[in-house]
Formats: sequence, structure tokens, C-alpha cells
Amino acid sequence: MAAYTNDVAGKKDGNSIHARRFVAYLVLILVTFICLFWFYILFINATRSNSELSTGFRPTPSSHFFENWTNLKEGTLPIFTGMINSLVIAVLTAGLATYFSTMTAYAIHAYEFKLKNAMFTFILMIMMIPTQVTVLGFLQLIGNIGLDNNPAALIVPAVASPAVFFYMKQYMDSTLPLSLIEAARIDGSGEFRTFNQIVLPLMKPAIAVQAIFSFVSSWNNYFTPALVLHDDAKKTLPILIAQLRSADFLKFDMGQVYMMIAFSIFPVILVYLVLSRYIVGGVTLGGVKG
Amino acid sequence: MNKKSKVVRYNKWGYIFLIPFIVIFLVFQMIPLASTIYNSFFENYRAGLKQIGPNFVGLQNYVTIISNGDLPTYFKNTMIMWVMGFIPQILLSLLLGAWFTDPSLRLKFQTFFKTVIYLPNLIMASAFAMLFFTLFADSGPINSILLQLGVVKEAFKFMSNEWSVRGLVATMNCLMWFGNTTILLMAGMLGIDPSLFEAAQVDGATANQIFYKITLPLLKPILIYVMITSLIGGIQMFDVPQILTNGTGDPMRSSMTLIMYLNKHLYSKNYGLGGALSVFLFIITGILSLVVYKFTNSKEK
Amino acid sequence: MKKRLVSLLAIATMTATMFAGCGSSNGASDDSAAAEPASQEEIDAEAAAVELPEDTGKVLNIYVWNEEFKSRVTDHYPGYEKVDETHGKIGDVEVVWNITANENNAYQNNLDTKLLEQESASDDDKIDIFLVEADYALKYVDTDYALAMSDLGITSEDLADQYKYTQSIVTDSTGKLKGSSWQACSAGLIYNREAAKEVLGTDDPAEVQAAVADWDKYNETAAKAAEAGYTMCSVNDTYRVYSNNVSGKWVQDGKVVIDKNIDKWVDDSKALVDSKAEDTDDLWGDDWAKGKFPTGKVFCYFGPAWFFNFSLAADEEGSIANQGGWGYCEGPQSYYWGGTWICAAAGTDNPNLVKDVILTMTTDKAVLKEIAQKDQDCVNSKTVLAELASSDEGNVELLGGQNPYEQLAAGAENVDLSNLSEYDQGCNEEFQKAMKNYFLGNATKDEAIEQFQKAIKEKYPDVEVQ
Repeated sequence: MAAYTNDVAGKKDGNSIHARRFVAYLVLILVTFICLFWFYILFINATRSNSELSTGFRPTPSSHFFENWTNLKEGTLPIFTGMINSLVIAVLTAGLATYFSTMTAYAIHAYEFKLKNAMFTFILMIMMIPTQVTVLGFLQLIGNIGLDNNPAALIVPAVASPAVFFYMKQYMDSTLPLSLIEAARIDGSGEFRTFNQIVLPLMKPAIAVQAIFSFVSSWNNYFTPALVLHDDAKKTLPILIAQLRSADFLKFDMGQVYMMIAFSIFPVILVYLVLSRYIVGGVTLGGVKG
Repeated sequence: MNKKSKVVRYNKWGYIFLIPFIVIFLVFQMIPLASTIYNSFFENYRAGLKQIGPNFVGLQNYVTIISNGDLPTYFKNTMIMWVMGFIPQILLSLLLGAWFTDPSLRLKFQTFFKTVIYLPNLIMASAFAMLFFTLFADSGPINSILLQLGVVKEAFKFMSNEWSVRGLVATMNCLMWFGNTTILLMAGMLGIDPSLFEAAQVDGATANQIFYKITLPLLKPILIYVMITSLIGGIQMFDVPQILTNGTGDPMRSSMTLIMYLNKHLYSKNYGLGGALSVFLFIITGILSLVVYKFTNSKEK
Repeated sequence: MKKRLVSLLAIATMTATMFAGCGSSNGASDDSAAAEPASQEEIDAEAAAVELPEDTGKVLNIYVWNEEFKSRVTDHYPGYEKVDETHGKIGDVEVVWNITANENNAYQNNLDTKLLEQESASDDDKIDIFLVEADYALKYVDTDYALAMSDLGITSEDLADQYKYTQSIVTDSTGKLKGSSWQACSAGLIYNREAAKEVLGTDDPAEVQAAVADWDKYNETAAKAAEAGYTMCSVNDTYRVYSNNVSGKWVQDGKVVIDKNIDKWVDDSKALVDSKAEDTDDLWGDDWAKGKFPTGKVFCYFGPAWFFNFSLAADEEGSIANQGGWGYCEGPQSYYWGGTWICAAAGTDNPNLVKDVILTMTTDKAVLKEIAQKDQDCVNSKTVLAELASSDEGNVELLGGQNPYEQLAAGAENVDLSNLSEYDQGCNEEFQKAMKNYFLGNATKDEAIEQFQKAIKEKYPDVEVQ
């Protein structure tokens, strides 16, 4: 196919393709460097001791990697429980946010009803509310309904994620033809079944994208969880990192802090690599074509 | 008659599918939001452990915010830093997106490149800032490189120059979010029916033509999404400048954003002024998003 | 007798009368001494008369921001059994550690909320002990949420071995002591011996002290150090020294007042920064830390005993500390830095246990000696510090074998903190941040002060700025 393009474009374009390809590779390599560089320093810093770290930047690794890991593992912070907590909250948040946002978007996309446009505008407006303000009211609320110190207070609200909804709606606009739904109806598929078995699979790339985003932002969220979770057994990794950083002088150890950061990035990378298959691996929308 | 009732029967599902969102929204966002707006009409804060108010003060909080005149400054700062970060971000994302979806380029290792670009977003903003502090310290590596190259005569204080602080904030935001944007665009591009590209190629369209005539127009809904969410994210810009300037927005508050300003009032649990400020933010965001939405939609017609 | 009954009620019951009770006993002292705070004798008489009710609580809730106190209790409190990382047992009482890291002010926010709910909280959820730091101690101490030591039956005699300044930090506006610390963090000037030899021709602590004995001499020395290619230190290092020696509170009659010693810090620092004798680095940053190595060319740091091991990278090959290259002297003015205070929460249902924890951890000399040796805290006991000062146990390797305890003890005696206010934390932080703009030439002094006032107005809406 590409060869065909070259033939059509003629020899003159052949050179420009080479030039463009060269520029593309150059930029991509630069971008790759800029992206991976941070992970390299995080790793380097995780191999350095506290006093080495206090002397500023060094580009080469040191020898304290296992020492930092042992100190962290055998320290007083429940890092493995923290990881499980983070994982449970992030997975459920991502799941709820994507599933129900797709459902909400589908409601607006596929049906005609009186409040449709009003609802759409309304949800867009919600998106503009800065979380920092409502968080105070939010805390009062969860205190009143007995969800303080309960991870559910962080998970359940994900059902209403306006930004995820907006993306799903926009994605449906560009890729989900109503004729397909019509066809399903003619085949006798129920509405709920159509949504779960026909629409959801078609939305895979969009769902994967938003699942990653929701997962990552939940995983890295410090602000709200720190205000909601109080028991050590319920705390998530970012809270534990903050706790490690505010340790008293006998225990303060930046080496452990960096090790902890590295430790908490590791699972997100894994999750990302698994989900990114759907985005970068060339998954296409077979259904739309037909 | 029969057909109409059938349509109605289907359309009630529109409401049914909306139920979970609406219920959760009403409980977890509407109640806090209502209390925020309600509070904006009261004097309500904490002095130490003493609760002052709530005393009804009408529009006093709004008057206070308008009369001290700082809001436009912080709005300007926020927009400057957002634009400084967003323009390179969207250009880079479009460029990468176009390259990745351009079949004539036949780029190798695509999966690797596509995977790598999102990675910086996995790092927590606070961890990122720690690394930036180390790199851009007066005695840090960036300064020693600049010194060795003879670009500067003595260590440049990145954190005490208006434009270098704004530049660092924009750089960090751009780094953290360009992968995100690229992925959004790519997912949109992948959603485009591949037969369209094939047909265009058969007709002899160049890569540029395909990009401008097919990819961009079909990408419009996603582009609007990227523009609006990024604008909203920009107006809500907080963690990066907050951590990088230790909450001060220095030098002389030239990098203080709207939400950082709001955050200052949360220290004293100032629900009154904070509430009024968020109403302002809400209005600003609303107007800007409307402008973007109308602007991008009208071009289509 | 009536007063005694009131205090008993105050501790035993958990109703509104408790707060009224504290209020009325304050009122009583107001009657006898008008606006004057209650005298020590009165308070002691009151304390001696206190009979604590039986402990009824099954849970001892302790609110802290890190694990320091937990490890001190675990290691040194007799009868404490560790259950897991946040739970322990003392006899039949379950000890619960509520740890909230202080990032974004989270510890205080959480504590505020919990204290405000204390009245309605169930018995097992009531706070029994909470810890505070000096910068914001008065915010809690000057309220009825913290019990006076005398209400627990702790007399000034029990606390006689402590340093005065550690008590003035937690004394409320009626003269009642409301907290107790096991640490005494008097601080001084930690100088680079090599630099001192080069600049002053000597590294003898007494002679170096003479060269920095007051701010005029200090500034002269700084000028000499700058000539020799050294930076004296950061303006943020000296700030604490100036701000500990003010003649008035930050907030007077509801108005922010910039003390003349603080103003002197601004002018001295600006001159030193302009002549490159000092820099403006933020504490703990990479630039600030460079002085730990000879190549950093920093003349001195300002710090207390905990600073030695915590901040000087002694185990790092090639650092000044590693070669024992630091010296310690008292510096231009006495000051302190750091420390943790234990407060008893009003409404505790374990008053006897709380009393015992406070007495054991902050007054038991054997325990304090142990803490000094095992945990390197500079402890709040004149006796223990005197012992350390007179024996080789007090020699510190990274100070080239110098024994700093005599100076530390003398410093602790001299610290005068009669001018603290509950606004100190916010005012000090915001003032330093705002002035950095002036030092670096991004603003005039007036503009920087205006910036400071703006920040204060945001942080403390109840305070007037000019």
C-alpha cells in the first residue's frame, strides 16, 4: 500500500519521504529521550543514600539500591498493603468511570428525549467545577453519610465523571453510527444488551484510553485520599510517600523516598503497558466498516 | 401510531441509562457544589481553632474579590502559563499523531514510540517537581552545563526570574500532558474508517492532503474535547506551580494561578471568600469553554 | 474546693460543662489577679489539690504527624507493648497512633476537625494526647482543647529540671502550662573549621564565638568571609535567630507588627546578599546543602544538636562532617529550633495514664538519659545535659571531638520566648518568602512588605494589616 503511494507520487516524492522519515525519527528519538530521562534519574536516585542525595545531582548510579529497598520494606510503613489499596481503588475507579460514562454518553448519543441537550450542556458545566473548592463540602458530606475513612468515598463518585463522559460522547460522534444500533434493534437485541455487547466492544480504544487516564490519576491522587483515609491499613501509596517525606530526623531518608516513588510507579507502568495494547497496537473498529 | 410508540419505548432507555450518573452526581457533587455557592454569601472562616461565622454578608465576598483587583493578574498568569505549555503540546501531539497514522512514512518501532510518550504522565507531579528542583538548582547540572558552554557567567537563578519560572511550569505541564493528548488524538485517528485513507491514497492524495482533508475534519470532535478539557485543566492549573514555587507563585506572584489563589483561602477554611472565588472561576471557565466550543463549531459551517 | 470540683468535672465528663469548667477556672484566676496571669504558686496549689478520676477509657488515642514519638514510647515507656505499626497496649488500654503526615497542613487540618468534634465523639474516638510543634503550639495551647498540666496534677516541681523556654512555648495567655517536651533544641552556629582558620585565623570555639558574638561582629566576619571566597550562609539560616529575639508579638491588638529585630534581619540580609556574603537558598534544597562539602565554600550553618547528624552528611566520604571539620559556638543571639510537645486533650477518659506518659517521657531522668544516648535527642533535662557536658560521652565526632553540650545547655537557658503568638508559623513563613523577592531584586522593600501583608490577610482573615 505504501509502496503504491510512492509509485503514484513519483520519484521526486521518494526523496522527500526519506527526508521526512529522517526528521520524524530524529524528533521521535529526542522525544523518547525526554520521556525516559525522568525514569532514569528516579532509578539513579533510588540507588543513592540519603547523604549522597543531599549533595545534589549525579548522573551515575550508586550502590545503595538494595539497602534502600530493605530499609523501605522493613520500615514501619505498610507499603504492600498500600499498594493493594491503591490498586483496588484505582481499578474500581477506572472501571466505574469508563463503564458508566460510556453508558451516559450512549444515552445522549443514541436516544432522542426532551432533556437531551439540556443534560449535555449541564454535564459540560459540571466539568468546569474545580475540585479544590468542592472538596470541603465533599468532606462534610462523607462525614455526614458515614463514609469518612472509607475507600468507597473515593470510588463511588467515579460513576459521575463528566470529563470521561465528554470524551466518550465525542468519540461516539466520530465513530459510532446510529445505523448500527438500528440494525441491532432489527435483529431483536434488547437495549441493554445492545449497549453491553455491541456498543462497548466498539468503544474499546476509547475505553482503554480513559481507563488508563482514570487509573493513573486515581493512582497518583494525593489531595482527596489524604483527607479521607486515616487508618494506616487503608492508606494509598501517595499518602505513604508523604508520610515518608515528613519523617523525623532520625528516620528521614531521601533514598527510601525515591525507592518508594520507584516502587509505586512500577505497577502503573505494568497496567499501562497492558492497556496500551488497545491504543497503540493498531486495534481498529471492525464493526464500523461493515 | 405503532411506530411512534416504539420510538418512545426506545427513548425511555435514554433516561434509564442516565440514572446512575445523575444519582451519583447529585449526591457527591451537587451537594458540595450547592454548599460552596451558598457559603459564598457568608462570612465563614476559622481563626485558629475558633469558628468565625457563618454570618450572612450578602455580596460582600464578591465585592472584596473585585475590589482588591488581584483576580485579573492571576487570570493573566494562568493563561500565559497555559498557552506557553499548550501550544507546543498540541503541535507536538498533532505532529506525532500525523506521523503515526501516515502510512507512507512506514515508521518502524511505532509501538515503542507510542508507548513511551505517555510515560511521563505516570510520574506524580510532586516527584517530578523534586527532579526539576535538583536539575535546575543554582548548583545543579543545567547550570553547570550553561556555565561550561559559556552561555552564562554565573549560575542562573531559574526560580527567581518571572519568565524562567513560568517557562519551567509550562515545560513540566507540557512534558506531563503531551503524551496524554497524543493518545487521545491517536485513539480518535484509529477510530477513523481506514477505508477512507485507502480511498484517498488510491485517488493520489499526498500525506499533507490526507491530514488536512480527512484526518483533521474527522478528528474535530476529539480536538474540541482536547481543547476544552485542556483549557479547563489550564484554568485549574495548580499542583505544578504550587510545588515548584512552594505555594508562593514567586517572583512577586507572577506565577500564581487562580487555583493557587483559591488554595490560599482554604488554609483558614475561608468558605465564604473561597466560595465566591470559585463562583468567579466557574463563570470564567464557562465563558471560555463556550467561546472555544462556538468557535470550533462555527468553522465547520 | 469549688475550683477543684470544677477541674474534676472538667476531666471526668465530656460535656459542654467541661469547656465552661476550664473557662470558669480561668475566670477565677482573672478575679484574683485582674489581667495578670495566675501566679505559679496558685497554679501549683491547684495542681496539688487535683484528684484525678479513675481512667475509664479502653483506648488511648494519640495524634501525631510522624513516628518520632511512637518510637520513643515504644523504646522507653515501661509496659508499652507493640501490637502492630499503629497499635500498642499499655496494660489493658489499647494505644492507637493516628498518624497524619503534615504535607499541605494535613496534620493540623485533621487535628482541628477532630478537636472540634471531640465533644460529640464516642469514648473510643476521643483524642487523649496530641503533639504540637513550637511554631503553631499556641494555636492549640491557648484554647480549652488542651488541658493544663496542673489539671492533671502535674506541678512545677515535677517539671523543675526542664528548660524554661520549652515551657514558655506551651504556656497559655493565663499563665498556665499546657504541654511538655522531652527535647530542648537550643541552637547555635556550626562553623566550617577550615574556613574559620582561613578567615579568622583560628578555629577555637571561644575565639570564633567572639568573632560572631553580636550582629555587628557577625556582619564584619561575613564581609571577611566573602573576601576569602566564602558564603557565610543563607539568609534563611539566620532568620530564626533574629525572629527568636523579638521585642513584641507578630500580632498586637489584632494588627500585624513587624518587629525591629525582624526589620534588622531584612536590612542586614539585604546588605549581605548584595555583597555576596550571604545567599538566599531555601533550607534543605540542593544549593543550600552544598556547604556540607569543602567545595561548597560555606562558612557556617545555624542549627541545634539534631542538625549535626541529620543534615551534615557525616557518613558521606569527603564531606566536612566526615573529616570532623565542623565547630560549634553559640552565635550572635540565643535561639532554638525544633522540638515536639505533648499536650493532653480536654475530654480524655484516661487522665491518669496521660499524666503518667507525660511525666515518664519528659521528666524521668533515667528515661531522658536513655533517649539522649539512644536517639541523639538533646533532652529537656538540665541534669542530663550537665552530665553530658562534663563527660566524654558528649563529644561529637563530626565537630572534631568538641563537646557542644555546655554551649547547648547555656543556650537553652538563655532562649527567651515570651513573645510568641499563635500566628508565628504563618507570619514567619510568609515573611521569609516575601522578602526573598526583595533580596533578589525582584521588588523593593515596600513592595515585598505589601506582598507579605497580602499573604497574611489571606491566611488570617481576622488579622488587620496596615
